[in-house]
Amino acid sequence: MTLSHVAVAGPGRGARARQVLLHTALILGGLVMLFPFAWMILTSFKGEQQMLHSPLDWLPAPWRPENYTDALSALPFGQAYWNSFYIAFLNVVLTLTTSAMAAYAFARIRFRGSGALFVLFLATQMVPSQVTIVPLYLMLSELGWVDSHLSLIVPSIVNPFAVFLLRQFIRAVPIELEEAARLDGANRWTIFWRIVVPNIKPGLGAYAIIAFLGSWNGYFFPLIFLNSPELATVPLLVARFAGDHGAINYGLTLAATAISIIPMMIAFLVGQRRILNSMAMSGLGGR
Amino acid sequence: MAVLTKARPKAALPVPPTKIRHRDGWWAAFFLAPQVIGLFAFLLFPLGFAFVLAFMKWDGLGEKSWVGFDNFTAILGEPDFHTALWNTLKLAVLTIPVGLGLALLIAVALNTIKGKGFYRVLYFLPVITSSVAVALMWQVILASGDYGVLNNTVRDWFGITLPDWLDDKNWVLLAIAVVTIWSSLGLNVVIFLAGLQTIPPQLVEAARIDGAGPVRIFRSVTLPLVSPTIFFTMIVSVISSLQAFDQIYVLVDPEHNDGARTIVFQVYELGFLKFEFGLSSAAALILLVLTLLVTLVQFGAQKRFVHYDS
Repeated sequence: MTLSHVAVAGPGRGARARQVLLHTALILGGLVMLFPFAWMILTSFKGEQQMLHSPLDWLPAPWRPENYTDALSALPFGQAYWNSFYIAFLNVVLTLTTSAMAAYAFARIRFRGSGALFVLFLATQMVPSQVTIVPLYLMLSELGWVDSHLSLIVPSIVNPFAVFLLRQFIRAVPIELEEAARLDGANRWTIFWRIVVPNIKPGLGAYAIIAFLGSWNGYFFPLIFLNSPELATVPLLVARFAGDHGAINYGLTLAATAISIIPMMIAFLVGQRRILNSMAMSGLGGR
Repeated sequence: MAVLTKARPKAALPVPPTKIRHRDGWWAAFFLAPQVIGLFAFLLFPLGFAFVLAFMKWDGLGEKSWVGFDNFTAILGEPDFHTALWNTLKLAVLTIPVGLGLALLIAVALNTIKGKGFYRVLYFLPVITSSVAVALMWQVILASGDYGVLNNTVRDWFGITLPDWLDDKNWVLLAIAVVTIWSSLGLNVVIFLAGLQTIPPQLVEAARIDGAGPVRIFRSVTLPLVSPTIFFTMIVSVISSLQAFDQIYVLVDPEHNDGARTIVFQVYELGFLKFEFGLSSAAALILLVLTLLVTLVQFGAQKRFVHYDS
């Protein structure tokens, strides 16, 4: 006790000065992080003429909330939000169920070729999705899945990373729990569903967040697979609108951009602790 | 837990092990089926198909014909592809050391202060923002002309004319690098911070008692202990940098500015704008080889730089 007192008493003032310095630096950095968002909001309230004004005005004059109502009436946001939401939702549910099943087999069932198959899974993680995009497109167009949401939902269910991550979680579940259930006559499915799944909920939750974000914000796949305006996801809708109107009316485009990110911002601020912890967990490779 | 295992030794299981193993084969097949079928249908089959296409000339409608290695020689002789390859590598070099270094610095700072939760959220906002929105937000900052806030402000305040970030092919990659670092910084900070928090405080305390200063502690204690996290993050960053496309495609159209061409843009342009499926697949395979090579090199270097305990 006395020792730690002595240790703190010496550098006390220096430590406080350092805290102040660090906070100042971090807040300055934070302003840089926030500036693009702030500028988006300011620009989104500006009128067309003001964009061409020189020297550049920082504040909108007058403020034009009409940009938001115009963007909402010009773009089918309701439809796009529904598309993005249900695609991401199905993606998460299907990916998690099938990945957890495969992860369970790798973690707990002894079968011939288990090691080789697992290595195959790990190896395919290295294949960038862009490498297979042309053949996948040709294949899905044969199936009639191009310009359909199936092209976004089904192929992305395959997820070696999720299998790997969930396998780590399943291995941490005490085997005794499973053995006890087996003695009671439970079969593998019951064990998986009633014992393993409830015990790896943190892992499932973490991966659900990552998968949802990935699907919700994805642009490459919708760009390639979707044509019809009514099928567009939110990022695709906004990117197309910007492509058509961007340089003409930035105020309107950025109002649309703001509308496109606000729900995710709110979701993030509400669930920030869980979201950040999930991201950290995935970054540590599930260790 | 140890008690439990002891109380019920393996021999006490009522079912003979051979019988379990026989049935387990079917269970394994059942549990693996969806992912394995998907793996073959949507990953391995298209990958094999890509290898076949890379040796063919086909526009999707007309006749297919075998052309041997012509696609590869054509691609590798193409100036656009050289630009793309070079740009992709330059982008990785511009973004990764600065991006990861900055993230580590911020994470170390956050690890020593109170109220890190607030900053974590602040720095993470760009990560949850779609790449499309990120690109559009930065367009009005970096644009030349009347609405680019950066160039206008610097000119009005300091009288300096900055380059035309998005249209000048010599500067666009730097602009892309800044946007990339900005949008991925928060993720790396959060991961590094989690890595730093696994360091036992006693180790840092012991080093301090031995008279080590902050720099020495960072170099000799912190850095070795977070090196596995840094390694993992670096692998992921390099791979995603080699696949750069989304933000760039919205921020600047690489068709109009060669400085923004990347390998994935070549794959996209050849496949989906020019319908040269053979050439596109060849470009994609070159990307695959590059990814594998770079990752292999990193794993090779791992032994020298990454410290694993146990």
